[in-house]
Amino acid sequence: MSIGTTTLKIDGIEVTVPEGTTILNAAKANGINIPTLCYLEGLTPWGGCRICMVEIHGTPKLFPACATPVNTGMEVITQSEKLREYRKMVVQLLLSERTHVCSVCVANNACELQKLADELGVDHVMFERNWTSQEIDSTHKSLVIDRNRCILCTRCIRVCDEIEGVHILDLKNRGKDSQIIIDLDQKWGDSDYCTSCGKCAKVCPVGAIYVESEALSETKDKHIAEFILSRRNR
Amino acid sequence: MLKDDNRKGMLEKVLKENDYQESALLEILHKAQEIYGYLDKNLLTYVANVLKLPPSHVFGVATFYSYFKLKAPGQHVVTGCLGTACYVKEVEDIMSAIENEFNVKRGGSTSDGKLSLFMTRCIGACAMAPNIIVDDEVIGKATKEVVLERIKLALEGGASA
Repeated sequence: MSIGTTTLKIDGIEVTVPEGTTILNAAKANGINIPTLCYLEGLTPWGGCRICMVEIHGTPKLFPACATPVNTGMEVITQSEKLREYRKMVVQLLLSERTHVCSVCVANNACELQKLADELGVDHVMFERNWTSQEIDSTHKSLVIDRNRCILCTRCIRVCDEIEGVHILDLKNRGKDSQIIIDLDQKWGDSDYCTSCGKCAKVCPVGAIYVESEALSETKDKHIAEFILSRRNR
Repeated sequence: MLKDDNRKGMLEKVLKENDYQESALLEILHKAQEIYGYLDKNLLTYVANVLKLPPSHVFGVATFYSYFKLKAPGQHVVTGCLGTACYVKEVEDIMSAIENEFNVKRGGSTSDGKLSLFMTRCIGACAMAPNIIVDDEVIGKATKEVVLERIKLALEGGASA
C-alpha cells in the first residue's frame, strides 16, 4: 500500500506532504521557517519548549508544530503578532527560571536560547527571576554539567537514549524541581554506563553540558543525531 | 545487591507475576515500597537490572510521583494534605505547628527516626478539610490541638506503629 499524501495551507501557501508528516517538517520541506528549541532532527519530538507553537485556522488553541501531524485542509499560520508575543514570553520564562547570565557562560555567542531571544527581540525579562543555585558536576573526565544553565529541553536525554542507546541521563522530580540526572542521581564520574561519547554536549542548545576546555563552536553539532540515524537506516 | 531475605522473596514473586515486563515498572515500584517501606538506591538498581531498564529512568519515575519514598520513613508517619481545599482551610498553620513542636522538617524525619512529616496533594476528602493523616488514620477538620495531641499519643506508644 502506498503512503497517501496530505494537502494543506501553511501561511497561505498550498503544500502537499506525505501523510502523518508533522507541521514543522511540512513547513521546513517547503522553505518555511518555524523557530524551535527542544526539537532536534533525528530525535523523537518532545514538545516541551513551546517555541514552535503555531495557529491553526478555526481553533483558538495553539499547537506545537514539532508534534502535531498535518491534516487535509488545515490552514496553519506560523507567523503572527500573537505567536510572536507568545514566543517572546516563552523565552522570557526560560530565562527567568534559572540563572542565565550570557557574559559568564561558555555558550555565549554559540547559544540557541540567546540567539532565539535576539531574533525575537527579547531585550528584557519581565518576570521575576528565580536566581536559584543548581548543582554543577565536573567529576567526569571531560564532560561537565552545569544545571544552572539547563532549560530541560531533554535533547541530551533523548540523544543518549535513542542514538547512543545507553540512557544514562534522565529527569528526576517534576515541575520546578526537575533536574537532569546521571544514572541513580550520582556523580557523572561514577557512572558505569556512560560511554563518554559526548553527544549530549554536541546537542545541548545552551551551555549546560560541555566538554571541558574545548571551544563550544568545536563541540556543538546539531546534525549528529540525524547523521547517525541516516547511516543506521541505510 | 539486595539482601537475601523473605522480603526479596516477596519482591521476586511480584516480578514474576508481572512477567518481568518493563511496562509494569509502576506496579512493581508500588509493591516494592509496600514490601520494603521505601525505595532505596539498592532496591531501585535491582529493579532496573531485572527489568532491563536504565537506572536513570527508574530513578526518574520513582522521583516523579510523590507517593514513592526514597528515604526510610520514621516509626510514625504524619502526612499533611496540601490540596486546594486544605490549603484554603489553612493546613499550613498545622504543618508549621507540627514542624515547630516536634522539630521536624516536611519531607524529613526527626533525628531519632521516630517521626516523619510528609505532604501530599489532595487525598479526596475536601469536605473534611483540612486533613492530616497520622499513621494511616485520617483526621478531618483538623485543628492544631487535636493533631499535636494525636501525634504525641502515637509517639508515646499509644496507637499503632
